[in-house]
Formats: sequence, C-alpha cells, structure tokens
Amino acid sequence: MTLNLSPNIADPDGFYDELLAAHEGLDKAASDALNARLILILCNHIGDREVLRDALAAASKT
Amino acid sequence: MVDVRYDIAFRLYPYERVQTQGAARQRVPVVIVGGGPIGMAAALDLGRKGTPVLVLDDHEGVGQGSRAICFAKRTLEIADRLGAARAMVDKGVVWNVGKVFHGADQVFEFNLQPEPGHEMPAFINLQQPYFEKFLVDEIRVAQKEGAPIDIRGRNAVTGITRHADHVVLDVGTPDGPYQIAADWVIACDGARSPIRDMMGLSFDGRVFEDNFLIADVKMTAEFPTERWFWFEPPFKNSGQSALLHKQPDDIWRIDFQLGWDIDRKAELDPARVRERVDAMLGAGADYELEWTSIYTFQCRRMKKFRHGRVLFAGDSAHQVSPFGARGANSGVQDADNLAWKLDLVIKGLAPDTLLDSYSAERVHGADENILNSTRATDFLTPKSETSMTFRNAVLDLARRHAFARPMVNSGRLSVPCVYDGMPLNGPDALGGPAATRVGAPCLDAPLDRGFLLNRLTGHFTVLSINASAPDIAEVDGVPVAHVTLTTDRNDPTGALAQRYLGTQPQAVYLIRPDQHVTARWPGCDTRAVTEAVRQAIGKAA
Repeated sequence: MTLNLSPNIADPDGFYDELLAAHEGLDKAASDALNARLILILCNHIGDREVLRDALAAASKT
Repeated sequence: MVDVRYDIAFRLYPYERVQTQGAARQRVPVVIVGGGPIGMAAALDLGRKGTPVLVLDDHEGVGQGSRAICFAKRTLEIADRLGAARAMVDKGVVWNVGKVFHGADQVFEFNLQPEPGHEMPAFINLQQPYFEKFLVDEIRVAQKEGAPIDIRGRNAVTGITRHADHVVLDVGTPDGPYQIAADWVIACDGARSPIRDMMGLSFDGRVFEDNFLIADVKMTAEFPTERWFWFEPPFKNSGQSALLHKQPDDIWRIDFQLGWDIDRKAELDPARVRERVDAMLGAGADYELEWTSIYTFQCRRMKKFRHGRVLFAGDSAHQVSPFGARGANSGVQDADNLAWKLDLVIKGLAPDTLLDSYSAERVHGADENILNSTRATDFLTPKSETSMTFRNAVLDLARRHAFARPMVNSGRLSVPCVYDGMPLNGPDALGGPAATRVGAPCLDAPLDRGFLLNRLTGHFTVLSINASAPDIAEVDGVPVAHVTLTTDRNDPTGALAQRYLGTQPQAVYLIRPDQHVTARWPGCDTRAVTEAVRQAIGKAA
C-alpha cells in the first residue's frame, strides 16, 4: 500500500466542520490531548508501517 | 543461618591468607574479578568444563540490598544448565499478572502466562543476594566434584599490567598486597568497574535525569502476587510513577520515581520513606522497612567488550535502566556466551579470535537492551510537553481500546537476544520456524522423558529430529554430542515439532554449548557439521 495524498474524503467541507466541532470549547491542553488520541486511533487503523512512515515524512515537510 | 535482613549479607567466602602470598608469583589461566552473579556464573561454567578459574572479590560474600529482583526464563535456563536453577525457582516468587494504573484508575491488566511446554517459568522474583548465594552453593557442590574453582574473599584488585601473553594483577588483602599473573582476566566488577578505569577505557551513553527511591518492606499483607504499576500515582508525594512487586520472604519492592532535583539525604530519612509508603499502602498498614536506596541510572556501554586478554562482562561492560529487568539477565547471558569460548581457547581448541565474537554478539545484545530500556524510560518520563500529551493519550485510550495497550511501556521484560547475522553463524537451510532460526537460543520443549534443554549440556550438540544423525563425535578435538529424537516417540505434546520443524518433516540442528542454534538443515552429512562447527569456533576460512 502507498500513502494516498490525493483527495479521498467525500464532502471535504463537512468533514472539516466536524473536525473543528470536536475541538470546540476545549482549552489548548484538552485540544492537544484530543489530537493525540485521534492520531493514535488513525495510525492504528492504518497499521501499515510503510504508510505511517510516509505520512510522518509528508507531515514533517513544511 | 540465612538471614533475610538485607543489611546482613551472606558471608560465603571469608578471607583466608593466600598460601602463595610472599612466595613466587602464581600464574593461573583465568582470574575473574568480582564475585557478583555474572562472575560466579562464569566461574561455575568454566570450572564445570574443567578450566581452572580464580575469583577475586573485594568482599567476603554477597552484598547488601535486593537490587536485581526479576529473573527471566533464559537466565533460569542458563542457571539450570549450571545446576543452580532448582533452588532459585523453589525460593522465587512466580508471577504472571500485571496491572497498570493511571492515577487512581486501572488502565488494564495483562497476563504473561507463558506458553506451556517450558520447564522454567517466564519470570521469577528473587532478591539478588539469593541468586548469588545459590550460584555459590552450586560452586561448592562443583568443587567437591573436582571442579577447579577457587574463590578468594577480601582480595581487591588494585592494579593491572597487561603483557602480550598474560596480565599481572596487583591484589590487596588484609595481610598486605600480592601479585598474580593470569592468561585471561574477566572483569565482572560492576558498573563502576575499577578495571575499566585502571585501563582508561570509556563508558559512554545517556544519563537520565531522574531519581528512584526503592523501599523493600516486609509485611504479611493480602496483596495478590502481581506487578502493580502506577503512572502519576494518586497517593501523596509518590512522584511520577510507582511500582509494587512481591519478593520471597514477605518482602515487597516499592519504587517511587522522585524526579531530578531532590535532597537525597532527606528522602532517605526513614520517617519520610514511611510517609510515602503509608500513603501507598493505606493508613494502618503494618510493615517493616527492610532496605532503602535511591538510584539514578544511565544507559551506556563500552565500545567493545574484549580488550586483548581482558574481557568485560555484565554491568562493567554495559548498563541499562532497571525497567525491563535487563541488567542481571543480560549479564548472565554474557557469562553464558563467554565461558565456552574462553574454555576452548584455553584448551587450545579454538583461536583466540573466537573471543572477538563474544564482544560482537554481546554488544549486539547490549544494544538491544539499551534500546528497549531507553524506550521504556522515555514513556515513563516524557521529555517534552508533546511526548507527555502522547503518553497520556496512550494511557487514556488503553482503558477502553485494546489497540493502545501494547503501546503502554512500563518496561519490556527481558527476552533473550538472537544473534542474527553474526560471524559464527552457519547455514539456515531448513525453512523452519523463525523462533529457532540460526542465532536464536533453543526453545525448551517437553520430551517423553524430561525437557529438551536438559539434554543440551554445554557441548556442541547435533539435534536430529526424524532424521538420521551424521556420524561425527568431534571436530578438531572439539567434542560433538548427539540428541536424536523422533516426533513419534519423543514428542508427547507436539511442541518439539511446532518449535523445531514447523512445516518440515525432519531437521538436523547444530547447537552451540550455550544452547544457541548455529546451523540447521533438513538433513546433513558429516562434512556440513564439520564446516559449521569450524565456523562456530572461529576457524572459518
């Protein structure tokens, strides 16, 4: 499997909304904790170490 | 006779004036400096093989404090080959269940119940003084049977001079100094190794900025025999983490992680220790403080463990954090790896370059231990705000979701090192199970009578399963033993087939004296065995 960096989420605006909504009302620490849990849950779902390594590399490039 | 109070050591080798003191300098094949668990294991192994060995220890017996308490299956298997495991297992506390807490809440529970079909338990908890005493007890048995082992208490090595074909040691005793010459020296003199310092050798690595308070308490409480570990414990002043673990004699090991900036002296005040312990065990808990200590730790190792005729083993060669029980356990594997090689070199059956493989293989083992231990430490003491956020996210998720539990790291318990890709390894031509691949220590398996590892007694051994054994009794003077089995007759549980054949109908394994697999084939002739033995004793072309 290779890391998919093409559009893959249906209704991107709706998803983005949900992502922000999950953080609403949280202070910085609680928001950071939510992000960390979310990253761990998604990483586990992906599972493939190659893909995860590529994702880390893609995210590290700014 | 055996006092369980830690402040009284077992006095096992009282000082005696050395007969040759004042006479001409004695020359011996091997001096082991340091009579701790590693030195005594090496002495017992070499002595049982008939190689004369002299242990010099600066004390008269086993030192104070429980120190190492968790001994893993591989260590017990090595001790069993040396004859000392029975006493350890009988005395030790066998445990399987661990609980992890975050604050007041249990995050999850795990069971390390080993797979069946191994003679030794996965782990026992046993105070280090007992471990050492049982080794010395077995040395006394071996001495009666003629093993040439000599132990000299209160003989402190104060100087070392290296020559091309021997080493001269200056030794201090209550009756004054003397010198002794040795063909080989094994330095088992601990993390602060005076020998290493005298030789000016470096010991580099990483220092962790944390202090841990150990309190061994004696109580007859009704806590279950489990390992309880707290992240951010709820009891007052308990620091960043805490551990409660049972040892024999109603002793409980309690660890508190205190942080970096502490007043050591104040923290060791018994009243202050009792405050912390009271908070953990609950008001009114009835216990005695047996032993307390504060330690900091490092993860570091020497660049190589062989320096000419001086070999370093155990903490003198490598040091790890205590999480995961990798100190004493890896040191015993050092002794296991070194003894047969040094024995063959001393007997003139192998070139001394064989000892370079000791360094290569055990450096590989030390790096694995340091890696695991460093990872555990990073989980226990997150070094940044972000790593703390991830750490707590893992703990949070682990309560509800199984996927996060394997990420919780309060110390990965010691598993034996596999010597993958090492120069002594021969062909892996079987297509057999990965767990018994070339380089791996043999897995135990129940046979129709006894266990497999009981049959691998410290010689090169050809293990033939459903295959005809090649007719070979020695290679260049190195004896080759045989264990010939069939799954029909000798494998009542199927474990032998599962662990050594996998999908193959038959196999021939060549096993080293330290019970590591060094080659395996579906079948082989005497030439293949000869070549693999030569490879394994450092004689490869």
